Parts: sequence; structure tokens; C-alpha cells
Amino acid sequence: MNLLVFLLLSVLKIAVVLVVFLSAVAYTVLLERKLVGRIQNRWGPSRVGPSGLLQPLADGAKLFLKEDLLPTGVYRPLYILAPIIALSCALISIAVVPYGARIAWHGVDMFQIADVNIGLLVILSVTSVGVYGIALAGWSSNNKYSLLGALRASAQVISYELALGLSLVGVVLRAGSLNLRSIVDSQAAHGLLSWNVFGGFQIVAFFVYLIAAFAETNRTPFDLPEAESELTAGYHTEYSSMKFAMFFMAEYGNMIMVGCVATLLFFGGWTSPFGSLLPAFGGIVVQAFLPVFWFVLKVFCFLFLYVWVRGTLPRFRYDQLMGFGWKFLLPVAIANILATSLWLALRTA
Amino acid sequence: MYLALFIVFGLLCIGGALNLLFRRHPIDCALSLIVVMTSLAVLYLLLGAEFLAAAQVIVYSGAIMVLFTFVIMLLNAGSEERTHGSAAAYAAGMPGIAAIAGLLAFLFLSQNGPAAKARLGDYEVSTGALSRVLFRDLLLPFEVTSVLILVAIVGAIALAGKEH
Repeated sequence: MNLLVFLLLSVLKIAVVLVVFLSAVAYTVLLERKLVGRIQNRWGPSRVGPSGLLQPLADGAKLFLKEDLLPTGVYRPLYILAPIIALSCALISIAVVPYGARIAWHGVDMFQIADVNIGLLVILSVTSVGVYGIALAGWSSNNKYSLLGALRASAQVISYELALGLSLVGVVLRAGSLNLRSIVDSQAAHGLLSWNVFGGFQIVAFFVYLIAAFAETNRTPFDLPEAESELTAGYHTEYSSMKFAMFFMAEYGNMIMVGCVATLLFFGGWTSPFGSLLPAFGGIVVQAFLPVFWFVLKVFCFLFLYVWVRGTLPRFRYDQLMGFGWKFLLPVAIANILATSLWLALRTA
Repeated sequence: MYLALFIVFGLLCIGGALNLLFRRHPIDCALSLIVVMTSLAVLYLLLGAEFLAAAQVIVYSGAIMVLFTFVIMLLNAGSEERTHGSAAAYAAGMPGIAAIAGLLAFLFLSQNGPAAKARLGDYEVSTGALSRVLFRDLLLPFEVTSVLILVAIVGAIALAGKEH
């Protein structure tokens, strides 16, 4: 493989994926505002552009032009570092996500930035480091609301990370690999019927993953770290302008990553739900981009679900949150691992 | 390529360790330790131990160090005051470190087995191969270690719950 071609194509891939990811983040915010608006029987943003479609640009310009306040009491190095950690951890994981079928052009896989053997573990480790963004933001702000928000976030993320990791073990057992492409390939045989969530009988694991992921991303009903009625804004109370925007982007970026992981692990990734029932239509270009369409559609469904849940459910109380994570989700996840491995062992025996 | 990465992350590791020793504020020390742990993970990766590298980041940089920072934040620990250590520690400390470093270097350099001749990037240990060793050849030690950790957890809870 020519090194120059490899470098050029890789940079191209990274640029395209990053631009798409960041605009997806911006438009997820709009999606949330519109949908929550409709759920509450109002319109949501509707003035900027046709039916409010240019609202993310206006929001971005506003946040970018706002004064960047640096409160006097903060511990400056960590106060500045925290939003950078949060945002970069939200952006790194997309590098291992395959968003289309394996199609090589000049020997470079065009639908994944990096095909890593331990792709799933890379995503988990980047998420586990991402909590420092929140923890350090709360601590370095020198504000009691921020500190309480950060303490809540750290405790919540550590507790739910266990259930989250264990809920994925069933899928890994079935696929026999930690490589995200292999995991998707293991569910590709018969369309919808062979997806892990249906044909793989991982539906319990899927719901454990979904609940734990909602808690990991600090979203309703687990948004205690930024509960407005008790903590002002939680860990980002003291942040303004672009630093605040970075936390905001990190939160929505993490939501999209959760959608990507759920799609890859439980919903067959980029494969079509109709399997081979759908005849191969169009030319080679349509066939190359159809998997990307399925992938994006599935991730969009997850984002829709996120907003729907936010518009529907009230917030947990803190002791309920901890009790639910440790006493219910964790045992269920472990039971799922036991059941899956017994079933696999029986089938091979 | 491998060598460049090794040098960068090796230096980062040593720099983080020194920063950990010389900083006064506990949170700076905790953060330096995270840098050390994460650079170690990259060094493991260079040696082909990909699962170990990921586990290092998830368990040490992620879970354990989050608990460290959590406790520091919860206690709101301030900067430490500088104390005058004992004269014996000052006299024996530096020569002692030099002696240990020299001994370790001598031991590593005098190795002759296949591990000593391996170059960076020679090996790639798959997760499957690792688990075969762990759950077949070394099953008993692995399970005994797990039980040991379980006993430690039960002991910690028993000690913490004694007040009630």
C-alpha cells in the first residue's frame, strides 16, 4: 500500500467523519428541541431558516461570540482542561466505529477510520476516561453546586459502568470477538431475524445496556448531575461561552456514540433489516452507500428514543438511582451472561 | 515508528511519575498517576498485549483513579505542607534509588531468553489466546486470585460496618 495514498485517504476519512459527526451533534440538539416542543404541544424553534432548520448555526454563532468568563476562584489549569477532556473523549470513539460495509479503495477501508481488534474495548475505555471531564470541571470550579454535580456524576458513572460493560459480554460471547466488524458480521445472515436483540436472544442485555447508557450519558431520567431544580446547572454552572458549548457537544456526542454502539452490537450495524429479501438495486454506488443509510437510520431511531424518554419520564431520586444500578441492573446483567454462556456451551456440546 | 512511540510514551510515563512525586496538591498527583497509567497502557500495546492495554485504561485510568479523585474531591483535601524528613531518608534515599535502578537494569540486560531478543511490534497476542491461557493453563491461580479479592471486599465491608 502506498503510504501517501494511505495518509491522504485517512485524512479525508477523518475530516468527513468529523464534519458529519459534529453536524449530527448540532442537529441532535435541534431534534431534541423540536421533539420536546411537540411532546409539550408547542412548536419549538421555528424562526431561523425554514421551520427552524438553521437554529444550530445561530446557537453556535451565539456561543462562539459570547464573552468567555474566567471566575476568580477557579483552579485554572484544570478548569480549562476539563471541557477539552470531555469533548475529545466524546470525539475519539467514533474512530473505531464501522459505518458501512467493508469496501476497500486503494487498499484503504473507506467506511471505518480504524479497524481495531479490540474496538469495543477501545470505546469502553475512552468512555471511562471521559468522566474526568465532568469530575474535574466540578472540582476546579470551586462552587458547591458544581462539586455536588461532579460527585454525583462520578458515583453514577462508576456504578453504571459495571452494568454497561457486563451487558455487552453476551454479545461478545456470541460473536467470539471484540472487533466491531466481526460482531456485525455475526448478525448479518438473515436480516432482522439474526440481529442480537431478536435472533440472538440478547433483548434483556439490550435493555440493561440502554438503561446503563442513559445513566452514563447523564440523560433523563438519570440527569441528577445537572438537576436544575437542586444544583443550578451542576458541574458546568461556572462555564460560559465555548467552554460550556464543549460540554454541551460532549453530551450530545456521547448520545450519538451510545446509538452507534447499540446499533452495532444489538441491531446488526449497517446490515439491512430485510436481509436478502431486498433485491440489489441501483448501481455500485447505491449499493456502497445503502449500508451507511441503514446505519444512520438506526442511530437516528436511538436519538429519537433518547428525546422521547426525556419528554416522558421524571427524574430518579439519588438513592433510587444507586439502588437500581447495583441491586437490579448488575444482577440482571450477570444472569444474562450466565444464561448466554450456558446456552452457547450446550449448543456446542 | 514503534521506537518513536516507545520513547514518547516512556518519557511521558517517567515525567508523570516525577510530577506525581514533586507536586504538593493531591489532585495534581492523582492526575499525574493517570498519565502514568495511560502511558503504561500504550507501552503494553507496543508489546502486542492489546487486551491488557485496554483493561489497564478501563480498570486503572478509568475506575480506580476516578475513585481516587472522587475521594480527594469528597474530602476537599488541600495542599500538603512540606516537612523536614529524617536525615537518614535524605542520606539513604538517592543512593538507594540509584542502586535499585542499577540492579534492575543489570538483571534486564543479562536476560538471554526469547523474551530478551523480542523487538517492539514482534508479537500480537489476541484476546482469544490470552483467555485460553487464563482459563485453561492458569485456571487455578486465576480463580484463587479472584477469591482473594472477594475476601478483601468482604473484609472491607465488615470493617466499615462495625460501627453500626
